[in-house]
Amino acid sequence: MNINAENLHFKVLNQQVRQCEEPNIVIDNCCGQRYIAAGLSGREIEIYGTPGNALGAYLDGCEIYVHGNAQDAAGDTMNDGCICIDGMAGDAAGYAMRGGSMYIRGNAGYRAGIHMKAYQEKQPLLVIGGAAGSFLGEYQAGGTIIVLGLGCKGVPVGNFCGMGMHGGRIFLRTDELPPDLSQRLVCAPATPEEMDSIRPALERFCAFFRQDEKELFQKPFYCIVPNSRNPYRQLYTGN
Amino acid sequence: MLKEGQIRIPSGCAISGIFSRSGKPVCGDRIVRSIAVMHDRSNGLGGGFAGYGIYPEYKDCYAFHVFYDDVEARQRGEQFLERHFDIVNLSRIPTRKVPSISNEPLIWRYFVNPLPHKLADSQLDEREYVARCVIRVNSTIEGACIFSSGKNMGVFKAVGYPEDVGEFYRLEEYSGYCWTAHGRYPTNTPGWWGGAHPFAMLDYSVVHNGEISSYDANRRYVEMFGYRCNLLTDTEVIAYMFDYLLRRQGLTLEEAAHVVAAPFWDTIARQPEETKKELTYLRKAFSSMLITGPFSILLGFEGGMMALNDRLKLRSMVAAEKGDLFYVASEECAIRAIEPELDRVWSPRGGEPVIVRLNENNRGEEQP
Repeated sequence: MNINAENLHFKVLNQQVRQCEEPNIVIDNCCGQRYIAAGLSGREIEIYGTPGNALGAYLDGCEIYVHGNAQDAAGDTMNDGCICIDGMAGDAAGYAMRGGSMYIRGNAGYRAGIHMKAYQEKQPLLVIGGAAGSFLGEYQAGGTIIVLGLGCKGVPVGNFCGMGMHGGRIFLRTDELPPDLSQRLVCAPATPEEMDSIRPALERFCAFFRQDEKELFQKPFYCIVPNSRNPYRQLYTGN
Repeated sequence: MLKEGQIRIPSGCAISGIFSRSGKPVCGDRIVRSIAVMHDRSNGLGGGFAGYGIYPEYKDCYAFHVFYDDVEARQRGEQFLERHFDIVNLSRIPTRKVPSISNEPLIWRYFVNPLPHKLADSQLDEREYVARCVIRVNSTIEGACIFSSGKNMGVFKAVGYPEDVGEFYRLEEYSGYCWTAHGRYPTNTPGWWGGAHPFAMLDYSVVHNGEISSYDANRRYVEMFGYRCNLLTDTEVIAYMFDYLLRRQGLTLEEAAHVVAAPFWDTIARQPEETKKELTYLRKAFSSMLITGPFSILLGFEGGMMALNDRLKLRSMVAAEKGDLFYVASEECAIRAIEPELDRVWSPRGGEPVIVRLNENNRGEEQP
């Protein structure tokens, strides 16, 4: 089913999406409508235009493909499903994700993947094709964030990458590491096992965005994990 | 009416800006259409616009936009203006009735020049003289508020949703090289006419999404230099801070941005020696001018515009270009609504100003 979102208020648009009985939905002329597919499951949604804030928040199992850029808080607290953005994402993409996956072709804004968490079979994944802003993976508790830095010079993340992180992994494809990495993180070249674990994600990224796979491996990947020996050592006081 | 500190309303806000580098005038209805897309970010308690290059026929006069509570306030205000200025033209600002906008004050516009003998007696430069007169009216004349005082620019603001405010002020009848807009969702004050954005001093105007936690520290500091924060909402102080830093201290825009959104000390420590020295100097010399808390602001000024986020980028801001036109807004949709195809879209980093100016060859020139 096609929905023309032109001049539709977000409440009306979301009502139409929820009431649609067909599993495939195409939204045309989207311009800033918030909360699209929030909490929804069992649909495939294609969006043309610019979906508004909190796209796919609490998503519970849809496939969403955006032909354009997403605004802030895409995939906020999503639980399952896949959001694919053929463009850039605003701030707080994948905020508190607890499952499912999100692929962004271009850059992500500040605070991507903060507070991400994992539990048993719920292993959230966030792949950013371009660069990420500051506070990537701040307070990350689980799951995987991958930053490919395609088309970006120098360090592909801003300041305070992984600050307060206490679980999960951040992969950076880069020649140069962030100069301000916290002492409470461990950063090392990705091992062959680690690379194998993210290979399916990289293949999917290349398939979604027609990206040459060989190019991905022309730069080294690093893996950042929390130094779990004593994560809270001297966070506030000497202990 | 309950003002700042007497009531608290929890909240968002929206900002949008258009800048035509070539100087080719942009009609006011475009900025209204842009800000209208972000309707849900505001709650009807304030909307406003600033336009630059909108008064070419009076471009050498200061354009005062004034709210009066009643006719007596107007008489008191005009007495003051007549004593200090040569009033070249005065009129009510044309408005149209809009159902959602009510209780409007008297809204007047004056094109003025300082009286030469008064100016000479004051031993002040012209802009300082005008600024002091504006501060005096706003702090001593009951019921009068000069909310716009620059040359060839004007602020239009009211209590209402921004698209209704645009209709109320008939903005489609104005055109200029730069527009900024604001949709308000007040955090700390009930909506009132004086508390709507933009806030302006001379040709500097500020629209702001956010809430500055350093308000009182900043206010106490600028009030030492003669400014008076009468409008009892945080954004007002930002306008005076930029007036102080840019006009009175002669800082560049970049320097002023590094004062109000100073990088953290550990970020400064990683900079090359020269940059480190400069940033350290600015933080130390103007430590009371640091703005903390979330903000995204647009600063309009004669011939240019600056967009700036707080250093942590706690409020959203997207910038875009299409040919000579520069756009910036809280949300990309506000730009796409008026310019669907863009040459470039990007998110400026926190604390890094985006500055646009008229092209050199078009500076101050009027184009058909």
